[in-house]
Amino acid sequence: MPALTESIALGRTRSATARKAPSRSLDTLFRTSSYAAALLVLLVLAGILGSILYGGWPAFREFGFGFLTSSAWNVGTEQYGALVAVIGTVASAFLALLIGVPVSLGIAVYLTQLCPGWARKPVAMTIELLAAVPSIIYGMWGLFVFAPLFARYIQIPVSNVVEGMPIVGTLFYARVPSGVGVFTAGIILAIMIVPFIASIARDMLDQIPTVLRESAYGIGCTTWEVVRHVLVPQASVSIIGAIMLGLGRALGETMAVTFVVGNANRLSASIFDPSSTIASRIANEFNEADGLQLNALMALGCILFVITFVVLIIARLLTRRVQAA
Amino acid sequence: MNAASAIPTVELNRNRADEGGPVRIAVKRLNFYYGSFHGLKDVNLNFHDRQVTALIGPSGCGKSTLLRCFNRIYSLYPEQRAEGEILLDGENILSPSIDLNELRSRIGMVFQKPTPFPMSIYDNVAFGLRLYEKLPKSELDGRIEASLRKAALWDEVKDKLKQQGTGLSGGQQQRLCIARTVAQRPEVILFDEPTSALDPISTGRIEELIEQLRDEFTIVIVTHNMQQAARISQFTAFMYLGQLIEFGPTNRMFMNPTERRTQDYITGRFG
Repeated sequence: MPALTESIALGRTRSATARKAPSRSLDTLFRTSSYAAALLVLLVLAGILGSILYGGWPAFREFGFGFLTSSAWNVGTEQYGALVAVIGTVASAFLALLIGVPVSLGIAVYLTQLCPGWARKPVAMTIELLAAVPSIIYGMWGLFVFAPLFARYIQIPVSNVVEGMPIVGTLFYARVPSGVGVFTAGIILAIMIVPFIASIARDMLDQIPTVLRESAYGIGCTTWEVVRHVLVPQASVSIIGAIMLGLGRALGETMAVTFVVGNANRLSASIFDPSSTIASRIANEFNEADGLQLNALMALGCILFVITFVVLIIARLLTRRVQAA
Repeated sequence: MNAASAIPTVELNRNRADEGGPVRIAVKRLNFYYGSFHGLKDVNLNFHDRQVTALIGPSGCGKSTLLRCFNRIYSLYPEQRAEGEILLDGENILSPSIDLNELRSRIGMVFQKPTPFPMSIYDNVAFGLRLYEKLPKSELDGRIEASLRKAALWDEVKDKLKQQGTGLSGGQQQRLCIARTVAQRPEVILFDEPTSALDPISTGRIEELIEQLRDEFTIVIVTHNMQQAARISQFTAFMYLGQLIEFGPTNRMFMNPTERRTQDYITGRFG
C-alpha cells in the first residue's frame, strides 16, 4: 500500500521538523539597516551642502548679490565675482549639448534602426569604450593635439572671414587664436557626454515595441518619418532624462575643461576666446587659496550646486509635462 | 483592375461554382524564408475584391508570414525574403522596383496590439493622410471625421480629439488604428489577429466593423479564433506547416471541408 506508507512518511517528517517561527529580531535588524543606508545618503548630501555653504558664507556676506553679477576676480585687491565662471560653465555645457545631442541621437537611431546586425556590437562597444576614457586623457588630447589643429584650421580662417561683421564678427572672432576657449571646451565636453546620451537613448529606442515600429512603417512612413514622429516622441521622456544626465556631467566636468578652457577671467562675447568654468576655477586655485579667496571658491561651489539642482528640477518638470501631454 | 492578369484567376474560379467577385490579390508560387528556415512553401491563393478572407491554422503555420508579405513589412528584416509573385491588380508587389512606402499606403495593416502613435487622436488619424496627400484644413477635418465614423469611434472621441491617443481604452485604441488605416483609403486592409488583446465586447465591435469595411475594402484577416473566422469571413484559407492546405468559401470550409487536416483542425483535434 504505497499511499499509506507515503502518508506515514509525511507524518514523520512533519513531526520531526517542528515549525519554527521566523525570527522577528532579524527582520527588524534588516529593516533598520536598509533604512539607515537610505538615510546615510541624505546625511552625506546635507553635510556637503552645509559645509560648502558655511565655507562660502563669508564671500556671500562680503559681496552680497554683487558676487553673482561681478566679473572681477582679483586676488591682489580681494575682489571676487562669479559672473565669468558662471557664464563659462553654462556656455560650454550648452555648446556641448548643441553638438553632442544630435550626434548622440544619430548614433542611437543608427544602432537601433539602420545598422546591419553584424556591425551593431562593435559600434556599440566603441561608444561604451569612449565613456571609459579618463577625463584627464581628454584634457591632454584636447590641449596638445586638438587645440593647435583647431586654432590653425578653424579659428584663424574663421576669424579672418568674420572680422568686422556684426554679431558673428563678435561671436566667432578669436583675438588670440590659441585653440583653447569656451568652444573648444564645448567640443571636448560633447565628446565626453555623447557615449552617455547615445547609450541611454539606444536602450530606450530598443525598448519600443516592434509592432509600433512596424505599424509606423506599415502606413508608408520613411525611416526618417518613423524616427522623427513615432520613435523619438515615444522615447522622449527617457531621452530628455538622458540629455539632462549629460548636461549634469558637462556642468561639473573639471579635469578636461581645465585643460582646454583657457582659464582666463575675462568676459568675452566670443566663443573662441579663453574663459573659465566654475569647476576649472576651483581646480586651478584651491591649492594656494586661503582667506577670502577660499571663501569665494566655496561660494562658487555653492553656485554650481544650485545650477545642477536647477537643471535637475527643469528635467523633472519637462519629463512630467511630456508624460502628462 | 488589370484585365490580363485577372483572366487566368477568374477561369480558375469557374471550377468552383460558389465563388464570387473579381480577384484583387493573386499569390503565385510564393516561398518565404527566415534565413535558412523555409516559412512558406509554394503557396498559391487568390483574394477576392471586397470580401473578407480569413487565414487560419495552428501557431507557426505561416499565416502571419503570408500576411506580412502583402505590405512587405518583412523587408525591415534583412534576413527575411520572399520568392514568387504576389499580384495586386496585376502588379507584382514582390518586384524590387516597387516603392515600399507607396505600397504600404495602399495596403493598410492593423496589428495584434493597438499601436497608437505618441500624438493626439486627431494627429494619429491625420498622420498617415498627411504623408501622401496635401489637403486643406477643412477637407482634412472632414476626412478625419469620416474615418473615425467608419471606425465607429467618432461619437466617443469627438470632444477630445486633442488628447493623446494612448489615453484611450484598448478597444478604442484598436479602432483608432483602424481609423488611421482607413483614412489613407487603402485598397486592401490586413488584420493580424486584431482582437487577440481585446475583451469580448471590444472584439464584437471590431468584428462588426470589419463586416462594414467589406463594402469598401478587400480584407485579409489572420485569426486564431475559429468562430471569428466563421462569423466574419466569406473565404477561409487553412494553412499548416507553411503550406496552404485548403481554400474555399467559409461556409463550405467549416461545414464540409475536403481535407482531413482541415476538418481535424476545425473540430479541435489538433492545433
